[in-house]
Amino acid sequence: MNGASSSEGGPTNLMKESKKPKYTKFTQQELPACKPLLTPGWVMATFMVVGIIFIPIGAVTLLASNSVVEVVHRYDLECLPSTLATQADRVRYIQDSSIDHSCTVTLNIPKRMEPPVYVYYELTNFYQNHRRYVKSRNDQQLRGDSVSSLDACKPLATTPGGQTIVPCGLIAWSLFNDTFLFNPTQAAPNAIGSITVEKTGIAWKSDVTSKFGANVKPQNFPNNDRTGALGWIGGAALDPSKPLKEAEDLIVWMRTAALPNFRKLWGKINQQLEANQTITVRISNVYNTYTFKGSKKLVLSTTSWLGGKNSFLGIAYLTVGLICMFLALVFFLIHLKNPRPLGDTSYLSWNRKSAASNSRS
Amino acid sequence: MKRLVHINDRGGHRDSQNHCSNKISNTKYNIFNFIPKNLWEQFSRFMNKYFLLIATLQLWPLITPVSPVSTWGPLLAIFAVSATKEAWDDYGRYCSDKEFNEKLVWVVKNGVKTRIQAQEIEVGDLVWLLENDEIPCDMVLLGTAEPLGLCYIETAAMDGETDLKTRVIPGPCHGLTSAQLLNIKGMIECPEPDKDILRFDARVRLFPPFPGDELSPLGVKNTLLQCCYLRNTEWACGVAVYTGNETKIGMSKGIAEPKLTAADAMLDKLTTALFICQIVVVMILGLAGNVWNNYEKDKTWYLRFPKKSEWYDFIVIPLRFELLCSIMIPISVKVSLDLAKSVYSKYIDWDIQMYDAVTDTPAKAANTAISEDLGQIEYILTDKTGTLTENMMIFKRCCINGVYYGNFNGDALTDQHLMHSVTEKVSAVVKFVMVMTINNTVVPNMSRENGRLTYKAQSQDEEALVQAAAQLGMVLFSKKGSVVEVNFLGHTMEFEILQVLEFTSDRKRMSVVVRDHSTGGLYLLTKGADETVFRRVRAGEPVQQVADAIDQYSQLGLRTLCFAWRDLDEQEYVAWTAKFNEASAALTDRELKIAEVSELLEKDLELLGASAIEDKLQDGVPETIASLRKAGINFWLLTGDKQTTAIQVARACNFIMAEPEGQLLKIEGSTPSDVADSIEGVLQTFCINNSENKNIAFVIDGLSLEIALKYHKEAFAKLALLIRTALCCRVTPSQKAELVGLVKSCDYRTLAIGDGGNDVKMIQEAHVGVGISGREGLQASRAADYSFGKFKFLKRLILVHGRYSYNRSAFLAQYSIYKSLVICFVQILFSFISGVSGTSLFNSFSLMAYNVAYTSIPVMVTSLLDKDLSERTVMQHPEILYFAQAGRLINPSTFAGWFLRSIFHAIVIFVVTIRVYAHEKCELVEMSMVALSGCIWIQAFLVLIETNSFTVYQHLAVSGNVVIFYILNLILSFGKHSGMYRIMFRVCADPCYWFSLLLMVVAGVGPLSAIKFYRATYRPNAINTLQLMERQHPMPVSVEAIGSSSSSFKSASRSSSSHGSVFEPLLAETSNPKTPPDRYISKDKTRPVTSAVLLSSPNSRTLP
Repeated sequence: MNGASSSEGGPTNLMKESKKPKYTKFTQQELPACKPLLTPGWVMATFMVVGIIFIPIGAVTLLASNSVVEVVHRYDLECLPSTLATQADRVRYIQDSSIDHSCTVTLNIPKRMEPPVYVYYELTNFYQNHRRYVKSRNDQQLRGDSVSSLDACKPLATTPGGQTIVPCGLIAWSLFNDTFLFNPTQAAPNAIGSITVEKTGIAWKSDVTSKFGANVKPQNFPNNDRTGALGWIGGAALDPSKPLKEAEDLIVWMRTAALPNFRKLWGKINQQLEANQTITVRISNVYNTYTFKGSKKLVLSTTSWLGGKNSFLGIAYLTVGLICMFLALVFFLIHLKNPRPLGDTSYLSWNRKSAASNSRS
Repeated sequence: MKRLVHINDRGGHRDSQNHCSNKISNTKYNIFNFIPKNLWEQFSRFMNKYFLLIATLQLWPLITPVSPVSTWGPLLAIFAVSATKEAWDDYGRYCSDKEFNEKLVWVVKNGVKTRIQAQEIEVGDLVWLLENDEIPCDMVLLGTAEPLGLCYIETAAMDGETDLKTRVIPGPCHGLTSAQLLNIKGMIECPEPDKDILRFDARVRLFPPFPGDELSPLGVKNTLLQCCYLRNTEWACGVAVYTGNETKIGMSKGIAEPKLTAADAMLDKLTTALFICQIVVVMILGLAGNVWNNYEKDKTWYLRFPKKSEWYDFIVIPLRFELLCSIMIPISVKVSLDLAKSVYSKYIDWDIQMYDAVTDTPAKAANTAISEDLGQIEYILTDKTGTLTENMMIFKRCCINGVYYGNFNGDALTDQHLMHSVTEKVSAVVKFVMVMTINNTVVPNMSRENGRLTYKAQSQDEEALVQAAAQLGMVLFSKKGSVVEVNFLGHTMEFEILQVLEFTSDRKRMSVVVRDHSTGGLYLLTKGADETVFRRVRAGEPVQQVADAIDQYSQLGLRTLCFAWRDLDEQEYVAWTAKFNEASAALTDRELKIAEVSELLEKDLELLGASAIEDKLQDGVPETIASLRKAGINFWLLTGDKQTTAIQVARACNFIMAEPEGQLLKIEGSTPSDVADSIEGVLQTFCINNSENKNIAFVIDGLSLEIALKYHKEAFAKLALLIRTALCCRVTPSQKAELVGLVKSCDYRTLAIGDGGNDVKMIQEAHVGVGISGREGLQASRAADYSFGKFKFLKRLILVHGRYSYNRSAFLAQYSIYKSLVICFVQILFSFISGVSGTSLFNSFSLMAYNVAYTSIPVMVTSLLDKDLSERTVMQHPEILYFAQAGRLINPSTFAGWFLRSIFHAIVIFVVTIRVYAHEKCELVEMSMVALSGCIWIQAFLVLIETNSFTVYQHLAVSGNVVIFYILNLILSFGKHSGMYRIMFRVCADPCYWFSLLLMVVAGVGPLSAIKFYRATYRPNAINTLQLMERQHPMPVSVEAIGSSSSSFKSASRSSSSHGSVFEPLLAETSNPKTPPDRYISKDKTRPVTSAVLLSSPNSRTLP
């Protein structure tokens, strides 16, 4: 007996390397796992909890949005002489630099506005996100680095004489150039004494510090040639003596908007505006939005912790929260009405079939 | 066209014919053509062409939305990887070719033996081989060391058969000495090279002074084929007739076509559909963009459209969109699928439960690309011997002279009565044992080192008989030429084999004429199938007795043989020999004539009795077949064996049922019309009986099959698919392959399983080929996609590995496309608000990293680890495989689901982003990060709800992936020169960002989970039900589980002991008689209702 077992053991001992695979949990696909299942209890509870979380969030964000006071005033039509009925007339009017384009609008403050009050201009139907437009810039040039190629800036890379345009490209060239003069006179009733609009600190700090050079000054900028010799007058002119870093309007403008309707910060008012006050704004209405039927608006707005007035989040949260709770309720009712024994193998199709055939036979 | 070979005459060929050298080459490439050829091959794939197109388009700066690096990088990487792999494989082939080509061989040149490299052999050269040499080219044997002109070769490399085959020199060469051979001259007329290894119709003529100045025939018996080995023969010489790649084996090898899985094919179709969809989208958007441009050109002054348009302007926008949408068909799909599949095949290699301890064989997946096809198998075509059975023949019983031996204990060799009769030298018993010992083709082989005797036999049955005889006291220990030496109870006896009347499938018997040297007696010893032997016994023999015995043995599933004896009359023999020699020399119908002559001698036989040999079924075969049947898989048994044996084995392994549960229909006939009638009849019977829920099978033999396949293919195919169990007997390897092709042509996924060289063709033909690495050599397992040691592992291979692989790769493929679609649709939606100009919302880095870094890891890890059901549930409920078959997990409708999801998610992401980030917040770079984060979060949560089982790694992958996203983008936000400077800090500091993400996730994933829940609970499919069942009945105690020595199993079983009263084996494997009773430990005697229902399933009812 012993002999037999030792002779059996012999060859197996000699075979040092068995080809038997090694056991690990991974190789045997036996890693411990938890198997979450969508059981009615879980699903109802989850939907309920989501609903319970979402509704307060919705309420809070909606409140935040509602706490924002916003004054929006569209002025592009108001600032046109009423005789200009057709689009062609309007375009001709706005392009005629010999005419004085200034006009005055009055804003009513519906509620008290706590500082800081932001002044935006809003453009609609303006495709800053168009492929031709977005690419038409050169960050190296703006920063003051050596420029490898200005191809992206075409057709506004160089003047016909071959001189490099700084800042090049469509974006800089089409810089918004309407200006707003707040409370030129205190003629209106309830007018505020004086409003100072701060024009610094409106651009992103990171842009000012690292995207626009302190030594880069505008050169050969087409808009500066107001005589129109180049025939390229687009938007605002840039002060050739001021480095780009200080041209905050340009910096703001060059953060291209993703949507065709957008607001850009124009300035900040660091004083409180009381309810029912009126503000007179003298607008120099020179920026051409008439060719593409875009509108121009002047916006005053306070902010909340969530930013400007935008009720979308609040409404969306409330809606989704309510739907979740509704679903939880529906599932609960279905469950009450139609309780399913879980994991009942008699529901397996092949068992059902056999049960049927059994009853037949 | 004939080839003329001048023997031993190098000059003879120069003018007449040009033959290739003996340099073999299996390589696909050489150094010069590697790059162009490999590139050409890679570009023959649609996907690669597509990616090249995209990458090329990106070089045009006018249209490219992102930097070309984002496509070129991955594309080049993929190309480099697959080219390197190809080069490596080809180098391996080159090395083995080189080894073969440079091997030194002896060749006779001008009458002198010289040593040259194998590749220098030319047609007509006389090659001198020594024992154990590999044969370097196809040769005609001219001389050997053996006096009778015999030699032995091993053909394992060619057909997988490990036994030795005898080869004989042609007639005219008999009696030549080796010195004469050196100068032999002659001419061989042989056919042009072909790949038929069983045919060689040639003629030889030796020139004077050599004898035989007339054409004499040559056959395969006279050839030595390349790649075989010379064995048990001191030397042999032959003349090269086919060289290099023109040899039989060289002609028949070919690089096997790469197999394409059903899922791959479906994925290709879906990709094509996606491509068409992409083209349509591109056309529409391109048109819209051009319209927008024309319309707005003069209005949007700030865009300064050029006044003069270029001729190509109209295609610029469509091409931009083509590039923007190119992500729709992600490069990453193929890469990640290939990666995942190679891990799936590794799982098979690693599987301990598929390791065969007896032969020390682990399972091996040679083909790493097709594991998901395993989950879709609908037909299994299996070999019998060695696959279902052990292929280990054991002599079990015999009946001699009406006395049954071995009936009491089931083993004749330990039956005292038999031993006694042998030692007593009872005449009939001794004769019986003598037939066992001498009448065969077994070659005894005495090892020189330890004197141990081994037998080499062409048939396992013969080996079993000789072994048994040896145990009974008659040991065959030497066979030298025609002299056979036998040790009988201590005495050495010498016999001379005078004639061998060979076994053929028509004769079904084999006889030898021997002379006993001690007594001088002349005997005819015969063994064969009962029906042929009975017809030739002399009158008055107890035929009925033996027939009864054979009947009894057949019932037990044993293989039977009849033994007979005849004392020959000297004169009769001499007269007969003349006739026999005449027949043997016949040039036409030689076989038939020999058979006729043989019959003259094989008459008036004395019937000795019958033997019964057992070919044991492998364990687990009936259970495996039953389980896989339940999984909806149909079985065909294809065997070279005879019908009765096949039916016996089929019965034994539950393949077919006896009446009344089952019915076996026979298709037979030797003319086309007979076969047609037979098929028709079977079809009618089937239609009548089908309603009775019977288990109907049909059986057909090779001859009728050939006719059926040739003349009635359609009718047969129809029948074959109606009746789902078939037995095909006496089929040739190519018929096996043809049958596989037949089932394949009906659009079913087929798996062929076999173990021998004769199964190689069918294994290669089937969608999935499985080889059993068994006794018949490794040929089958080398050709197979998967190989393992035991048939029963097939169940695990299909149900566990195949099913998981299919589930997982279906998920991986569709999910990969889904995630690319999401980001693509976001881009498309964005284009509607950016003047249809083809602006990319996302930057180049994000687009490149999206598929590679941001979204690939969670789905990859999940598709490696996810299990919808535990392995044991699947094994208990094989029916669940239904959900994997017929491409149910990846098809146009499942894909449509993913497509709609991607649209839905893109809309959610887009709407939330543009509504929350409206007005003063709508900065392009910031918004792109918000949308991108939305994509990534939704993906992460979608993976979560699509996952069935969570392991730690999945948690890590999902959360780690989100973390990687933030880390990467925060790092980018530090770079002053990147367009992202400070962006991520701004974005993350804004509470709106987080609120948007939460909203996107809930709005995007919530509805999906609600639908999923509703379906799973109120419209549950079997998977849902079983998942819940698993939850309710945690892992039960099982013998196997404890045996696998996993601590987790043990703890699970401990915890389940409190639950145990609920558990009961659910599927009725217990109703199978072969199942060991202790397979499952049932905990409680009261059965829950559920299992009672299960026990009465139709499948269990059909079991006996």
